[in-house]
Amino acid sequence: MIPKLQVKDLSYSYHTMDGETEALSDISFEVSAGEFLAVVGPSGCGKSTLLSLICGLIKPDSGEVLLDGHSVSGVEAGIGYMLQKDHLFEWRTIFSNAALGLEIQKKLTNEGKKRVSDLLSVYGLESFADSRPSELSGGMRQRAALIRTLALQPDLLLLDEPFSALDYQTRLSVCDDISTIIRGRKKTAVLITHDLSEAVSVADRILILTRRPGRIKGILTMDFADKSLSPLKRRNCPEFSKYFNEVWRILEQPGGVL
Amino acid sequence: MKTQITLAQQEFVARQKKRRRLVGVGRIFLLAAILALWEASARLGLINDFIFSSPSRIGLCFYGMALDGSIFLHTGITILETLLSFFLVVLLGIVGAVLLWSSRTVSEILDPYLVMLNSLPKSALAPILIVWLGNNMKTIIVAAVSVAVFGSILTLHNGFTSVDPDQVKLIYSLGGNRFDVLKKVLLPGSVPLIISNMKVNIGLCLVGVIIGEFLSAQAGLGYLIIYGSQVFKRAHKHIFSKRECFIC
Repeated sequence: MIPKLQVKDLSYSYHTMDGETEALSDISFEVSAGEFLAVVGPSGCGKSTLLSLICGLIKPDSGEVLLDGHSVSGVEAGIGYMLQKDHLFEWRTIFSNAALGLEIQKKLTNEGKKRVSDLLSVYGLESFADSRPSELSGGMRQRAALIRTLALQPDLLLLDEPFSALDYQTRLSVCDDISTIIRGRKKTAVLITHDLSEAVSVADRILILTRRPGRIKGILTMDFADKSLSPLKRRNCPEFSKYFNEVWRILEQPGGVL
Repeated sequence: MKTQITLAQQEFVARQKKRRRLVGVGRIFLLAAILALWEASARLGLINDFIFSSPSRIGLCFYGMALDGSIFLHTGITILETLLSFFLVVLLGIVGAVLLWSSRTVSEILDPYLVMLNSLPKSALAPILIVWLGNNMKTIIVAAVSVAVFGSILTLHNGFTSVDPDQVKLIYSLGGNRFDVLKKVLLPGSVPLIISNMKVNIGLCLVGVIIGEFLSAQAGLGYLIIYGSQVFKRAHKHIFSKRECFIC
């Protein structure tokens, strides 16, 4: 079976007048359909660059990204991207914010509108459809941002530290909420985070990157006895601290590729 | 929740109300005092009322011009010219800023020229405009537009370029192009900036119109000021200067 996402020998460098900065070097991995992959690594190791490359926002220097076996060139309809902040526009209502992607792709048909309303009501934002983003709590805003992404019906979701702008308590519940939604819809997801416990609680596998230039230091499979646990419940499992320590150990290892 | 207003709260509200009344009364009193002092000095011969005029002479002059309707004609023309140039400035400002934003290379090439044009004393340009465009309303409008338009373009372009890059990234990640960024993020996000820019521009346009009318006009408040000073009718000049203040 063809994996949902294949990343092959990806390398990327940033150029400025002061010189060249190698951000990623020889990254290869695969994500199968329905899998939740977390990517962790020290700050500045090119995690966000990796997502921009997968999404097709920037072109790799070498290597390629395959979605369902097809090479990704330019922004693909099948890939949804969630940024660190929700970036809901204050001059739009929650509904029209959630419909922004459809509007841009000129798919705002009656069917599209219905899909947005359905998503809003499934995720409890129905009564806020005509509200402004500032009237919503941080968690509700992040949900609205997720609906904006889901409205385009992507198969693969890229999450770029989508919870890091929230305070700790909200963050735990929103992370639980969003990842339950994503799992419920059987979407494939790649989550970037610098929060190790978040990665362990959410992911099926964790990809650990080295310091800049980012290389793969290790890949760890989270094998929890009960597969259906939500992230918050996972935190109480005995395996949780085992995997946490394991990830920590790999991150701390001096240099070298595992 | 709060049914009982405490005594301290009542006292605070009373103090604030008293202060606001004082501000209102003070403002009116100051105006009256200035007018009274001016009138008295003119009557008592402390100042030469031929040069400095006096409130009562200004009032009479205004009354006279209101009777024959000429004041409304001149004021109307000045307002019309100001509004016309104002709309042109807003339009050109937004279009110019969008064009600069659409190409970084072009904006970098043009930047020093815009800064130079913006700092150029426009009143010095007005005589040249008369030679180019003739002694008519066109000159006045072009003069007024030239006062405000370059600053407007620079301010708006600056606002456009300081938009959060992540918001731009969001549009691209949703499959949008540069035009979508303009339509969905830049323009709606810049509405507060555009409005505050418009507030500055309406004032600048009036200044530009008056400068234009000083030099080339058959009507308008600027024309009346120059006419008044040439025929030594101080009352004229003062009245129109005041009028401009009120229009603002």
